[in-house]
Amino acid sequence: MIIKSLDPRITRAGIDDESKDGIQQPMDQWHTYEVFQQKKRGTHHVHVGSLHAPDAELAVLFAKEQYARRGQCVNLWVVKTSDVFATEYEDEDIFTTTPEKKYREPEVYKVMDRIQAFKAKQNS
Amino acid sequence: MELTERHVEGLKELLYKMADDLLILGHRNSEWTGLGPVLEEDIAFSSMAQDKLGQSLALFELLHELGENIPDIVAFTRNDKQFHNCHLVEMPIGEYDFSLARHFFYDHADALRFAMLENSSFEGLSMISRKFKGEIKYHTMHADVWMKQLSYGTEESKARMQSAINEVFPLALGIFEEGEFEAELIEAGIFIGEAALKAQWLEKVGAELHKYGYTLPDPEAVIPALGGRKGFHTEHLQPLLNEMSEVFQIDPGADW
Repeated sequence: MIIKSLDPRITRAGIDDESKDGIQQPMDQWHTYEVFQQKKRGTHHVHVGSLHAPDAELAVLFAKEQYARRGQCVNLWVVKTSDVFATEYEDEDIFTTTPEKKYREPEVYKVMDRIQAFKAKQNS
Repeated sequence: MELTERHVEGLKELLYKMADDLLILGHRNSEWTGLGPVLEEDIAFSSMAQDKLGQSLALFELLHELGENIPDIVAFTRNDKQFHNCHLVEMPIGEYDFSLARHFFYDHADALRFAMLENSSFEGLSMISRKFKGEIKYHTMHADVWMKQLSYGTEESKARMQSAINEVFPLALGIFEEGEFEAELIEAGIFIGEAALKAQWLEKVGAELHKYGYTLPDPEAVIPALGGRKGFHTEHLQPLLNEMSEVFQIDPGADW
């Protein structure tokens, strides 16, 4: 049975609704790319999503329409997803910081009084 | 210089053929929406089809400023004899190779035409030419990359593209069918004329195709598809117009 639709384009395309072709075919020649968008020169590129493309050249062209059609953009990066080396979620615990980290922060060291005193002594 | 009546007629003729090409091709290309070969390409191609409708609207607005009817009326109430688009843009979308070859030939012509018009003495045209420059540049980049991809794809992909190039080329030559007012447009500095544009275009598409290992057919050895600019069309245009204006015709006075 050819699909009949209210949309004349669909009807015209003569798609067989019995056909399972295309649905089960893996996209074995296309890669997944991660897209990074820069909104203003000098700012960081920010990850905005991913897409399928046969190579990087088409990936940036697709990325432009998929992620940068609306809103500001001055530059796009695409990176093959398989080139991204990531941590494992099972190692998520490496990010849990010890609760008391104050010793790493300069403001906890109350040394200004002693510095001022030292300077005063030098000048006298 | 002071524009005479013939200059204005020539300007209108130029605006009409550009606007009609963009409107019809924009509609044709939008027929791929939802049917594109892959989602990403579907989005890109549909998006460019919308750009074309936007560009045609800007041209219809310039025509309105010159005393023609409002864009909706002009776009949706004329019949095929009143359209000035070339045959290239009215042909059905065919297979994707046909649509890509048409995209390549048309968009390079469009990019060169708008680049020339950046220096037009008619300010409205030079303004919109600058405005759409980036949009059109993307269209040619997209077309070129597909030409390249399919040339370096498989033997079949390259052969199919070459055969689509051969099929589309005579149609594409119809873009440059000269109008009645070429001399006036050149004289007034509005546009440098179809012959000059065609020469630039042949050089550009020839070089581009050569880069990817395709052959541009000999323009002297094919018969260009002419007549569109004068209102003579193929049997494909009127059904497209019927479909395009279907909703508008239900209630032409509706407020949107």
